[in-house]
Order: sequence, then C-alpha cells, then structure tokens
Amino acid sequence: MTDQTPALRLEGIVKTFPGVRALDGVSFTVMPGEVHALMGENGAGKSTLMKVLGGIYDPDEGQIFIEEQPTVMTSPMQAKAKGVVFIHQELSLADELSVAENIFLGELPLKSLGRVDWAKLYSQTDAILKTLNVGFNAKTRVGDLSIANQQMVEIARALTVDPRAVIFDEPTASLTDAEKVVLFDVIADLQAKGVGIIYISHRMEEIFKITDRISVLRDGQYRGTLNTSETNEDEVTQLMIGRSLDLSRNASHHELGDIALEVRGLSCGDLFRDVNFNVRRGEVLGFYGLVGAGRTEIAETIFGLRDPSAGQILLNGQEVRISSPIDAISHGISLVPEDRKGQGLVLGMNCRDNMTLPQVDDLTAGPFVSDGAEIAIFDQYRDKLDIRTPGWRQTVGNLSGGNQQKIVIGKWLSMRPEVLIVDEPTRGIDVGSKSEIHNLIRDLAAQGYAVIVISSEMPEVLHVSDRIVAMFSGRVMREFTSEEVTEDSLIQAISGITGDKVA
Amino acid sequence: MAELSKQSIGSFLARQGILVAFVIFMVGFALANQRFIAIDNISGVIRSSAILGVMALGVTFVVIGGNLDLSVGSMMSFSTIVVLDLHDKLGPALAIPAMFGMTLALGAFIGFLVGYLKLNSLIVTLGMLSAIHGLTLTYSGGQNMDIADKAGTWFSVFGQGRVMGIPVPILIFALLAVVLSLVLSRTPFGRKVYAVGGNGQAATFSGIPRARVVFMTYLISAFCVATAGLLQASRSMGSQNTVGQGMELEVLAAVILGGASLLGGSGTIFKTVIGVLILGFIQNGLLLVGLEFYFQYVVTWVIIILAVWLDIAAKRGRIWSPIA
Repeated sequence: MTDQTPALRLEGIVKTFPGVRALDGVSFTVMPGEVHALMGENGAGKSTLMKVLGGIYDPDEGQIFIEEQPTVMTSPMQAKAKGVVFIHQELSLADELSVAENIFLGELPLKSLGRVDWAKLYSQTDAILKTLNVGFNAKTRVGDLSIANQQMVEIARALTVDPRAVIFDEPTASLTDAEKVVLFDVIADLQAKGVGIIYISHRMEEIFKITDRISVLRDGQYRGTLNTSETNEDEVTQLMIGRSLDLSRNASHHELGDIALEVRGLSCGDLFRDVNFNVRRGEVLGFYGLVGAGRTEIAETIFGLRDPSAGQILLNGQEVRISSPIDAISHGISLVPEDRKGQGLVLGMNCRDNMTLPQVDDLTAGPFVSDGAEIAIFDQYRDKLDIRTPGWRQTVGNLSGGNQQKIVIGKWLSMRPEVLIVDEPTRGIDVGSKSEIHNLIRDLAAQGYAVIVISSEMPEVLHVSDRIVAMFSGRVMREFTSEEVTEDSLIQAISGITGDKVA
Repeated sequence: MAELSKQSIGSFLARQGILVAFVIFMVGFALANQRFIAIDNISGVIRSSAILGVMALGVTFVVIGGNLDLSVGSMMSFSTIVVLDLHDKLGPALAIPAMFGMTLALGAFIGFLVGYLKLNSLIVTLGMLSAIHGLTLTYSGGQNMDIADKAGTWFSVFGQGRVMGIPVPILIFALLAVVLSLVLSRTPFGRKVYAVGGNGQAATFSGIPRARVVFMTYLISAFCVATAGLLQASRSMGSQNTVGQGMELEVLAAVILGGASLLGGSGTIFKTVIGVLILGFIQNGLLLVGLEFYFQYVVTWVIIILAVWLDIAAKRGRIWSPIA
C-alpha cells in the first residue's frame, strides 16, 4: 500500500474565518481502494475541510494533490471533472424528473439541433444502474423513489465520471438497516475498483464495519490516523473528545414525582390512534419506533400543532385544551423539534435572539426588549450547555450541528417547562455533543423535569429512558420499564409483533 | 495582525457596503458638479425623497416579514384623493383621521388575505394595485381633486411648512424613521417580524402568531402610505388620480438598495433610509450632470441590479460563483 500513489492527498490545509481558525494545518491521505473514515465532533472542521476539497472555500494555506498532481479546486463541478465526487447528506435531486435526467443533468447526450438523445440517455443510465444492483430503472420518476434509492441515484451520478475519490457525507442518516447493507455493497464495489473513499459519519458501528483507517479532527486540528482493525471505539472517541463515552443504561435512582402529563385515548386521523401514556416529574419517557410510526405526530399534537380527533391531554391531573403552540407554551410544554434547521431555528438570526424567541414578550424593559435580560439568559444557558460560539452575535447558521441543537435546547429549557419533549435529540450530531446532550437529559430528569424523548436510535432510547413506549403504525404496542426491556423485545414491538404473541 | 485587519475591512464592507457605495456616489457627483453639495440642493433632495421614504419605511416591515407590497403606489393615490375631497366636505381636522381610517382598512384587508388566509403576497398586492386604482377613480369620478380655498386652511402645513427652518416633510420622515426603527430593532414585535420572515415555520414552533405578525406589517405599511398621502396632498393642495402610480417599484427599489432581502428576515430601517437617499441623490445627480430626465429610469434599474449583485457577492464572499 505504501508504494501506491495516493488517490487524494491534502497537505497543511489552513482556513480561517473571522474569529475562528476552522482548519489548522490539516493533512490527510486517501489511498486507492481504501475506505477512510473522517471523524470529529461537530465544529471540528470536517465540513470546512470538505468545502475546501470541493472548491467552495479557498484554503488560506496548503495544497490538494490528486494522484500527486497539485490541484486547485474552484467548484464542485470542477472537482468532479478532476475525479473527486461528493455524495451529500442532503439530497439535491429534482423530484419531477426521471432517474436518467437527474443523473445526467447538465450533460444530457444530445442529437442534432440540441435534441436530447433519449435512447442513449436511457441505455447509459441503465448501464450504470446495473452496476449498482438497484430495483428501479432509468425512466422512474425520482420523486417516487425511497430516500435510500434517491441516494443510489446520487451515487449513480457520481459514477458518470471515472472517480478517483468519492466522499460520502453521513450517507446513512436516513437509511433503514436493510438499505444500509445495499449502500455498503456499493461502497465495497467502488473500493474494489480502486476508488479512494472518504466516509464521514458519527456512527461507530458503521465505521468499524466498513472502513480501513480512521482520521480524526478536533478543533480544526488533525489528531491522528488509526488503523480500524487495531483500534476500538473508546480510543477513537478519546481522540475525538479527549475522554470516553458512556452509553450504559441509566435509569433514575431518585424518587419520581407526580404525573405531569397524561394522555388518554389520543387519536389524530390515520396518524395515530388511541394512544395512552403518562410521564412523571423526574422521569424520562422514551418513544421508540420506525420513522412514520406516529411518534412525531403525537408530540406535535401535544404541542398544539395538530388537532386531535379524539382523546384527552391532562396536565397535573387537569384536562387542558391546546389548540396552538402558544397554548402549549403557556401550559409549560416545550418541544425541541425534529427538524433543527426547518423548525427549530431562524438560521439567519443570531444565537441570543434565537434562544429567547419564545419568551421575547416577557423580556422587556418598558416597550423595548431588554438587552441585559436577554444576554443574561443566553450566558446562563451557554455556560450550562457548554455552547461553543464566539459570542451571542454569531449567526446561528454558522454554528455546528451540535451547537445549533444546544441553542434549541437552551431556548426551551430557558422557558422552565413542566414537560420537555425532545424529538430526535441527537440527529446528525457528533458523538461528543451526543453524550453531553444525553447527560443533560438525565440531569433535567434529576432536577424534576418530566422529559419525553423521541428517538430512532435504540442505544439512545435505552441509554436515557426510565420507561420506553414502543410504537408501530400509529399505535402504542407496548410499554417497557428500563429493567425489563431488551433489544429483542423492543425490536419485535416496533415491528408490530406484540409481546403476547411472542410469549 | 495585517490579516486580521484585512478581514475586518472585508466584513465591514459586507455589512456596510451600501453605506460605502453611498459615500462614493456622493463624492463622485460632488466632483462632477459643485452645486450637488449645496445645502439647498441637499435639503431639496431629502424633501422630495420624503414621501417615497415614508412609504419605504412601511414596506421595509412587510419585506422583512417575508412578503411584498406592490399596492403602496395606488394606495397612496387613494389616500391623497380621499383626504383632498374630504377636506372641503368635513374640514381638515376630520378629513385626516377619516382618510387614515380608510387607508388602514385597506391595509387590514391585505393583511387578512396574506396573513390569515395565507395567500401569496405578490398576487394579492398586485391585484390590490389595480383594485385600489379602480376604487380611487370610482370615488373621484375620474376628476382631479383640488382644495377650493387654498389660502384659508392650515392643511398645507404638512407638505409646505417649516419648523425651525426645517421642512415639515423631512421632520415627519425623520420622526417616523426613528420611531419605526425602534419598533423594528428594539421591541418584541420587531423581533417577531424578523423571525417570521427568516423562518416562518420555526417562528410557529416558537409560539409566534405568524398570521397576526404579517397582518400587523401590512397595517404599518398602510399607516405609512396614509402619512405619505397626507404629505402629498398637503404639498400640492390638489392632485390627479394617478399621483402615486409607479411608486411601488421605486419604494421596493429603495428597500432592496438598502439591503433588505426579498426572501425576508433581513434589513433595517436605517438601511432603507440610506437606500431612499441613494435613489434620491443619484436621480438628482444625474439631472445635474445633464442626463435626460427619462433616462434616469434606466439608470435606476442598473443601480438596483448592481446593488443586489454586490449584496449577493458579499454573502458568497465571491463576485462570481458557479453555484447559487
């Protein structure tokens, strides 16, 4: 391997932004036929490094080599022409166009007079799709495909050139386990063809399953490269965050208080039916289920974003009517929503203003918003949640995912809620911030908050919950205490196999 | 150290580029024609920009809230005609509040359609541009309006008076700019306007009544239009039905020139005032250097496109970018 020419080599990359040294002399090499994991906490510089590689940012210092040829990247298109292709976390496909049109968008094969050569387009596309072993064809409308298959289209798009290096950025974020297997097969194929692969992910199991080497960034600095076969999760985590991560079960040892929130027979059309549960002060209630099982919809109903078709919501034993988020907030319910960027934050606004948004009416001195009161709240929760930002004036859109999520959590904690609902607390968040957020959720319960955590990640649900509600297709299948729950019984419950049938 | 100062100059330009451009224009015109910086010329430009400026203040709220208002020009004609007509029928003391009431009702109607019914603001206000024009013509019967006894009324004070030597329209524009700037930048309501325009869904998830906020922005816009109509009527003491025609685009130009994003969520009253002044001074400067009056429409367009381009370039950090 040492004799080979590296597929891609970055040397001494430095990139500074006003007030931040985002990349501080990062060097790193990808060999042909290697799957190389790039890991680091949010804000460690992974995204910036990839933007430098894709020509979106010019590096202040340093050099990029493709097969040892020094190369200046000016745009993602040009990077692709040089054989460096990105498969992004967020898909960028045109739903209304066919698979073939999406794959060759911008470079459709043409006949005379600028007419599209459809026959050639479809045959070229099908040739690529064949190598990917997918169950759809060139003429399928992209909007009709599952997320996983759409990702395959993105990958197919990468294969229209002869890539030297392919960068996967959190490719499994929205894939099911079965879909992941297909993706890993494709990666293995690329690997066999001698393509160098950079694999960015926060998911340790995947990293250890498919990568050859792991490079770690921390605070914009290169921290080292490990051979995957010679290391373990602990060592990688320590390199990333400087300590190890605890994912053990974590039920409350303190006394639970009264029931804070109770839901009886709650239904909302076809989304969920006859849902019953309660959560006590000091308790973390986990909601686990597949995407589409109705968990988020229940949270949205409790928060007044949807009208229930039947059922009751009781707070502290009293039935309440909640017909808008304003009602929910006034009853002491807070929701940290699933979609951080779409629902949680105004990305163009600064950190402080985002955090104080729901209570800005109460932070006034005379007719005006009180700067002092706002900054006091921001400072308090910045310290409490260890939010890393140059200052409150920083635009939220410029923060890393983990810090953005902490802003959203801070926003709702500062409301001092009776019930805190957190939907997918750590989606797209690095392992360090993840454990901080888990600890935070446990701390909140210990302080007497009633917390509901909705998650699609089993280790997370098992780690933070005192009780777990398993949902399948709009129904509560079973409720587990943290003593009785096992991974098997949980998986069966969310797949629609009831405990009775198993027993 | 040198690098740091280079960066802070860059970020200063990105934030205050419009102010820098303004200074460059002023210096350029001043060098070309001495008269440009004469006190009476400057005061004249500001006074003639005041009516446009007052309207632009209101539209700034609408645009930051994520919507458009193309009805302000024809709404201003309506206000002007109504207040002139009622002046002779009811006297100025009643005519002015009556006109404000009617204009605010129009604003409330638009605010209801865009805010509560969630109709597209471009379509609604474009339709209202035409509908209000029709309303004005119906009201006036197509006739010009004139105040009969121009000497025997105090009504002219708003458009023609001076307080401590300063023309009243400039004072009203300045006062309104200060008040609305405080409302936008310092009050909870102002914060909500930014939130609703920046990310409406996130605003809803934060318990902000999106519909009511949008409704209020149109009410503020209508209030500004009514004020502009009062200034216009008082200045000319008589008017055609089409006095505000085309002003909606000039107003929008001033707001964009000031750097408010048409996508909502950004902009300030201060920047809009700068935008209004740039527009006014450029048109004045072009006249002074001897350019054909009608050609300024073309130049105005070029300036707007340049402003938008520079704004986007500053955000991207590049003059030209292959990706949007």
